[in-house]
Amino acid sequence: MALKLAEYKTTVHNDWCAGCGDFGILNAIQMALHEMQIPRHRAVIFSGIGCSGKTPHFINTYGVHTLHGRVLPFAQGAKLANPDLEIIALGGDGDGLGIGAGHFVGAGRKNVDIPYILFNNAVYGLTKGQASPTLKLGMKTKSLSQPNSNSSVNPISLALVAGYTFIARSYSYDVRHLRDVIIKAIQHKGLAYVDVLQPCPTYNDINTREWFQGQDNIDQESGHQVPRIYKIEDRGYDGVVHNTNELGNKMAQVLDIANEWGSKIPIGIFYQNEFVPTYHERISQHISDYATNPPAKQPLCTTEGVPLADISKLLSALRIDN
Amino acid sequence: MKNSLSWVIGGPQGSGVDSAANIFSRACAQGGLHLFGKREYYSNIKGDHSYFTVRVAENPVNSHLDEINILVTFDAETVFRHAHKVAKGGAIIYDSSLVNISINEVPTIDDQSSIRISDILNTAGYPTTIQGILDFAKSNGCVVYGLPYFEMIEDLARGLNDPSLSKLTRMVNVIALSSSLALLKFDKKQLIKAIQTVFQTKPKVLGNNIAAAEYAYSYIGKKYDIAQFNYMLEPRPPLKEYLLVQGNQASAMGKIIGGCRFQTYYPITPASDDSEFLEANQIFDLTSGAKGSIVVVQTEDEIAAITMAISAALTGVRSATATSGPGFSLMAEALGWAGMNEVPVVITLYQRTGPSTGLPTRHEQSDLLFAIHAGHGEFPRIVFASGDIEEAFYDSIKVFNLAEKYQLPVIHMLDKALANSIKTCKKFDQHKVAIERGDLISKVDENLSTRSGGHYLRFRLSDNPVSTRVPLGTENAIFWNTGDEHTEEGHITEDPDLRNKMVSKRMNKLEKALSEIPIEDKLVCFEFGKSTGDITVVSWGSTKGAIIEAMEMLARRGKGIRFIQLRLLHPFPTFEMMNLLKNTRLLIDIEMNYTSQLGSLIKQHTGSDIDYRIVKFNGRPMSTSEVYYAVSAILDGTSQKRIVLEHGT
Repeated sequence: MALKLAEYKTTVHNDWCAGCGDFGILNAIQMALHEMQIPRHRAVIFSGIGCSGKTPHFINTYGVHTLHGRVLPFAQGAKLANPDLEIIALGGDGDGLGIGAGHFVGAGRKNVDIPYILFNNAVYGLTKGQASPTLKLGMKTKSLSQPNSNSSVNPISLALVAGYTFIARSYSYDVRHLRDVIIKAIQHKGLAYVDVLQPCPTYNDINTREWFQGQDNIDQESGHQVPRIYKIEDRGYDGVVHNTNELGNKMAQVLDIANEWGSKIPIGIFYQNEFVPTYHERISQHISDYATNPPAKQPLCTTEGVPLADISKLLSALRIDN
Repeated sequence: MKNSLSWVIGGPQGSGVDSAANIFSRACAQGGLHLFGKREYYSNIKGDHSYFTVRVAENPVNSHLDEINILVTFDAETVFRHAHKVAKGGAIIYDSSLVNISINEVPTIDDQSSIRISDILNTAGYPTTIQGILDFAKSNGCVVYGLPYFEMIEDLARGLNDPSLSKLTRMVNVIALSSSLALLKFDKKQLIKAIQTVFQTKPKVLGNNIAAAEYAYSYIGKKYDIAQFNYMLEPRPPLKEYLLVQGNQASAMGKIIGGCRFQTYYPITPASDDSEFLEANQIFDLTSGAKGSIVVVQTEDEIAAITMAISAALTGVRSATATSGPGFSLMAEALGWAGMNEVPVVITLYQRTGPSTGLPTRHEQSDLLFAIHAGHGEFPRIVFASGDIEEAFYDSIKVFNLAEKYQLPVIHMLDKALANSIKTCKKFDQHKVAIERGDLISKVDENLSTRSGGHYLRFRLSDNPVSTRVPLGTENAIFWNTGDEHTEEGHITEDPDLRNKMVSKRMNKLEKALSEIPIEDKLVCFEFGKSTGDITVVSWGSTKGAIIEAMEMLARRGKGIRFIQLRLLHPFPTFEMMNLLKNTRLLIDIEMNYTSQLGSLIKQHTGSDIDYRIVKFNGRPMSTSEVYYAVSAILDGTSQKRIVLEHGT
C-alpha cells in the first residue's frame, strides 16, 4: 500500500517564524520522500544545529539532530556502517560553512553516497541574526550594528573544488523545483550538495521574498519587475559530465555561473559527475563483500555471546614457539 | 649473572634501532626467556636519539629497571646519553672510530643534556669526549668493547666478494646487536632464526643481514676475551603458548574478537598504531570459516572521528575511535551528545605527555580527571583503565560490553608506555571472551508495548534506566535523537518535569553499573608479604608492572604491603575502596602526573587522605627501581610527603 504524504509528517509543533523559508524546504523533503516512496524506517534525516536543525523532528522517519557543524560526519558514519539506509543530511549556512567548514571539505574528498541540503539564508537565525558565512561583504542586515566585515564564501564553488559530485541550487519558495532537485540529489551516486536559497523573514531584511521576486529589479525597457531567480535548465545549461574528457569545461562552467548574483541568480543542477567512485566503492576495493556484508549486517556473536571472529591466525603470528 | 639483565640499544631514529631490538627480543623469547621492552623516541622522523630497553629474565617481567647492564650503541650520542648509567660489571659496545668525538660535536644533543653530562664528566675529572665517558664508565666497573663497524662492513663485503655491501651502513644495527648476543654467549642459531623472522618480508636484505650477524658474532670473540664477561643468556625450555606482543596490538586484537566493526581515527601519536593494525587486518577469519571485516576510516579531524563513530553505533555496530590527549580534547562536545543520546561508543584513549602538544611521543597519565569530566553538563560515562598488555586485550572487549549494557560512552584509558612496550605474555585466550550486547533488539513488533502515541519510545522512562535500543533502520521503531533534552520518543522538550526525569534516568545508569560490575573489574587488590592492609599503595594504569615488582622486592625484605590497582575509575567504586582502606594507616598514591589525580578521586569519594604521593611527569615511565627506592624511603621514615621521580633519558 502506497504511503501517503501525510505519513511523512509528524505532529510535533513547528516553532519556525511565520513565512520562514524552512517550511518550503521541509515540504519539499517530505514530498521527495513521498514521491520516491522511501519506506519510513529506512530513511534517516540528519541535521546540525539552528532553526534548520529542528527539521528531522517534523519528518516521520528516523531523525538525528546532531551537533553544530557536525552533521556531515554523523551522516557519513551511519551510511558507511549501513549503506542500506537512505540518509539525508541537512543544516544551515553557519552550521555547514562556518563551524562545519572543515567537514564540508572533508566530505567532498570521500564522496559518500548521501545528499546534503544546506538551508542558506545568510544569517544565524536562532542566535538572533548574526552574519553567516554566506552574507555578502558590507551587507548590514537588521540586527547587525555594523556592516558585515567578512567576505562571503561561495558554497557552489567550494563544493566543486572540494570534490562534491553533484551540485545544485534551488529556492525555498519554488517547492516543486526544490522537490525535483532533492529527488535527483538522493538518486545521485555520490555526495550531492543542494544549496537552498531562503529568506529569513525575521533577521534578513535584505534578501527577502520580495527581493528574490525582484520587487526592486526593474527591467529598463518594459518597466516590469524581473524575478532574480532563473532556472539554468531553461537556458540550455547542462551540468552533467557525460564523459571524462569534458570534465575541465564542465567544472569551469560551474565556477562561471556560481558567480552570478545580484540581478539574476541561477538555480538548477550545476554539476553532476558519476565517474568519481563513491566511498563505498572505494571500501569495496579492499573489502570485496562490503556491499552485502557491511558493519551493520555482521553478526558478532552467538546468542550465548560467543564471538564469531577467530583471531587464531593473528595470535599465531605473534607466537614465539612456532 | 645468568639470564637476568637489562639491555639497551640506541641510535639515531631511522637507523634500525627498532628492528635490532625486535631481533634481540625475538631471539631471547625463542630461547625460552621472558622479556619486557620499551621504546623511547623523539617527535622526529629521522636523526634524533631513539633507544629501546629490553629487560630479560627467566620469569615473566612487567617493567624496566634504571640500571643498564648491556649498552649497545650505533653512534656517539647513545654513548654520551647512556654510558654513565651502565651498572658495575656491565658492558658498552661502541663504534671504535668515534673515540675522539667531543660532546659539543653532536648536534642532536641539546644544551641541557650536554651540560648535565659534561658536569658529571668534569666533576669526575674526565674529558667530555667518547673516550672520556668510556674511561669514566670503566672507572665505574664497566667493560667497554670498541668495534670498527665500518671496517667490519668493508671486510665483510670483501669476504662476500660484493663491494656494494660496503656502503650498507644500515647493517650497523645487526652488527652491533649480534656482537652483544655473542658477548652474552647466546645461542647463535636463535639469533639467525630471529633475523629470519624479522626480515621475512624483506628477502632481498635477509641474506646480507644473516651474513653480517654471523660475521659480527665471531668478530667480537676474536678481538676480545669475552669469556671474562660476567653476564650471559642461556636458552631455556621453549615458552609454550606465549606471545611476543605490543600494547597497541593487544588492544586492536581485542577489538576484532570483541566485535568492533567500525573504527575511526585522525593520525596522532601514540594512538594511530591501534587503527593501523586494524586496517592492516581489516579482513579476518570467522569461526564459521567465512570472513568478517572491520571498516577503518581516517577522518579530517577528531571531531569527525568521534561523530562518525557515534553514528555508526546508532546503526547497531560496535564502534570505536582511538586517540590521544589533543584529539580527545576535540571530542569533548560529541562525547556529551553520546551521553545525552545514550549511544554506546568506545574511545580508546592513549595518554601522552600534556598539556597542549606536550612531549608528543612520551608517556604520562595526566588525563584521568579530564576523561572523567570532559564535556559540558552532566552525563554518564564509564572510564576504565588497563594496567598491562594482557589487560589491554581482555579489557578492550569488556569496554564494549559496558558501553552496550549501559548505553553510554566508555573511555578506555591506555597510554604511551603500554602502547609502545612489548613483552612475552601468555597467549590471549579468545575462548575466555564473552560478548554482552545488553538490551539491543533487532525486531520490533508492530504492537510492542513500548509504543505510545504511535511511536517507539527509545528513551522510555521506567524503573530500569536502560531502555531497549534498536538500530537505525529497524521497522516499527522510528525514534529521534537530539542533543536537546528530549521526550521518550526523542523530540525536543523544555518541560521541567520531563527534564528531571530524563537527567535522573541517564545518571541512574551509573548506580546500576556500579551495582552490577564485578569487583575484579573495579579494582584488583594484591597483597605482598604479611600484608594486613595497614600499608596500602594505590595506583592505576601502566604503573602496575613497576609497582608489583617493587612490592615483591620489598616483601623479600620482610615488608607487608597491599597494592590496590584501580580499573574502574568512573563511576568510582567507593564502597569497595572504603572497605579496603578501613584498616589503612599509611596510604601511598603512585601516579604518572603532577597532581596525583587518583589521589584526589580517592579523597573525594572515600574521604581518605593520601599520606604520601609518588609522582612522575618527565615523560619517561616509572621503573621498578624508582618505585622500590621511593616506597622504601617512605617505609624507612626518611621520605618527603611528595616524591617526584626523575629518572629517564
